Amino acid sequence: MASAAPTVPAPAPKPPPGLYRASLTRDSVRTWPLSDRIAYLLCWGVGIGLCLIAVAIVVFFAVEGLSYLSVHLLFTHENASPNQSSSGGILDPLEGTLILTAVAILIAAPLGVAVGVWLSEYARPAWLARLVESAVDMIAGTPDILLALFALVIFARPAFAFLSSRSENGAVVGKSFLTAGITLSLIAMPMIVGSTREALALLPNHLREASHALGKTRARTVRKVLLPLVRPDYARGATLGMGRIMADTAIVIYVLGATERLFSAGGPFPLSVLRGEGTTLTSYVYQNSPAGEGFAPQKAYAAAFVLLAFVVALNLLALFIGNRGERDRRSVWRAIASLGGIRRP
Amino acid sequence: MSGRSGDWRTEWALRAAAAALLGVIALVFVTVLVEAWPSFAHNGIHWFLPGGEPDQEFKAMITGPQDPAHAIWTFHAWPLIWATILTTGFAVLIALPTAILAAIFIVELAPYPVRRLAEPTIQLLAGVPSVVYGLLGILVLAPWLEATFISQGRKRSVAYVVQLTGANLTLAALILAVMITPIMIALTVSALQTVPRAWTEGSSALGVNRWRTIRRVSLRAVRPAILGATVLATGRALGEAIMLNMVAGSRSFAPNPLDGTTFFFEPVQPMAAAIVRYIEAISVPTVRHTLYALGAVVLVSTAFLSLASWAVKQPLKRYAARA
Repeated sequence: MASAAPTVPAPAPKPPPGLYRASLTRDSVRTWPLSDRIAYLLCWGVGIGLCLIAVAIVVFFAVEGLSYLSVHLLFTHENASPNQSSSGGILDPLEGTLILTAVAILIAAPLGVAVGVWLSEYARPAWLARLVESAVDMIAGTPDILLALFALVIFARPAFAFLSSRSENGAVVGKSFLTAGITLSLIAMPMIVGSTREALALLPNHLREASHALGKTRARTVRKVLLPLVRPDYARGATLGMGRIMADTAIVIYVLGATERLFSAGGPFPLSVLRGEGTTLTSYVYQNSPAGEGFAPQKAYAAAFVLLAFVVALNLLALFIGNRGERDRRSVWRAIASLGGIRRP
Repeated sequence: MSGRSGDWRTEWALRAAAAALLGVIALVFVTVLVEAWPSFAHNGIHWFLPGGEPDQEFKAMITGPQDPAHAIWTFHAWPLIWATILTTGFAVLIALPTAILAAIFIVELAPYPVRRLAEPTIQLLAGVPSVVYGLLGILVLAPWLEATFISQGRKRSVAYVVQLTGANLTLAALILAVMITPIMIALTVSALQTVPRAWTEGSSALGVNRWRTIRRVSLRAVRPAILGATVLATGRALGEAIMLNMVAGSRSFAPNPLDGTTFFFEPVQPMAAAIVRYIEAISVPTVRHTLYALGAVVLVSTAFLSLASWAVKQPLKRYAARA
């Protein structure tokens, strides 16, 4: 045999104490310098802290709200009465919230998807597409109080009298579910437009090319091929938009009227309610808080709890629409980011 | 195939819908600016300067002569502008590091099971209505703040000018920070998720520990996004009206930094909150134009912030991850 015996390597020198690594393959926090460890703990602290704040808010309102909430409160109308125990419940605000959200999302969803599809698939002429993008972006960042100011002036014009009622001296009231619904739809629109556009942009081009190769027009491609594929995405956008609509207060107080009960304007049944003034859970909470007219914190807590329950439910629903994959979770973050403006900075 | 494509009707319908939306949005901005102009025209540059207290000036408008010839237009918005600057500034100051740390936690440091629970919980904060935050602030946090930090001596020291309660600058800034943090977290998380793994893996391969990798590679790469997040959060904070109306003290007082620590406990009234406070009197023409003027200032500030952030971000984009 010509080979030498394999040499036994000398035993590895012991590492000096203090540089001992917990394992050879992972970067353990124990080995980091102090400042890095403090930063690591801070990150964990802030993350867990924010979760605790969210949980604390929900639990607090659950405890306070449930202690004042009763089936009676939930299903009776509001009566004006100095005696708190007989002054009725939150049925009117509850109805108001549901009606208003329905009106607003029925306007916002089809229009939002249509604009999203146009921006993604057609977008001609280019200057119009850019303008529409910028406009939707600007409205996403606009405070709701400004939209309320706008609505108060515009809908008081006689041309829009059909949307609301007239007061005794003939002036257009301008406050109704229809006007508030139109204004609120502007709030939900950017989320729906953004989610539709992004989802359509993520679809691979071979789908469109194959459809065109078969002789289908773009409209038919969109309707039959593309839209069904992005349904979870714009449904999620619409759900988050509904959450935002439900949570809005300023527009509701000033464009819906914040009355005690739902008033009916003249006209056939659905139209009479829609053209009348009303109240929702948000304006009810505001009115019953120290900042509003009444001072009934118990009712405010109860209504706030119901409102929070709706919002939590909508948020959870938005998360569970679709396949709950990584892409869906990311799109929820993007939808929240659109609260400040949809233009990706 | 020449001439119109087969789906020209659909294209025209969709284009009309988009144009209609554009028209409505443009109408919003034009209306606000047009209605705001008379207030600026009557006051000139003094609209922005100190010189009077907005509460009293509004009262003068409401109770004064109503005919156009003698209506009272005087308005000095400085206390409101100063209050807006303070609340927004402090809120962003608190929210920015919080959001960055939380975003790093969500994207990099949290193990998957923790992350699956933490993400929806923090997302929930974005959906909580502002009136709920306001209720929490005014019924729970304000009394606690008053009991803990505002002693009788402190109240006496400024009693001749203003009353100190729990509803003040600090509470407003804190709750506003909680409200805008989710937006900043959302934008930072989106940006961190687009940092190329090659960069972070390369850094780890060089022996840099995880935190330093995050700080020196990921964070540096998302600097434009963080700046954008700050701008958008500031815009959101500028427009918050209802919560601030409930919580900030609803007295149009300009806090005086020379008051020392009492400065932090003085009531404020940011511009959007002032709009909410006086919107009941919108039937008075001078009040209406003044409220629109306040709204126009908020609108233009938000638009200006977006523009400025775009301009400042351009140099940073050289080192950034392609978002």
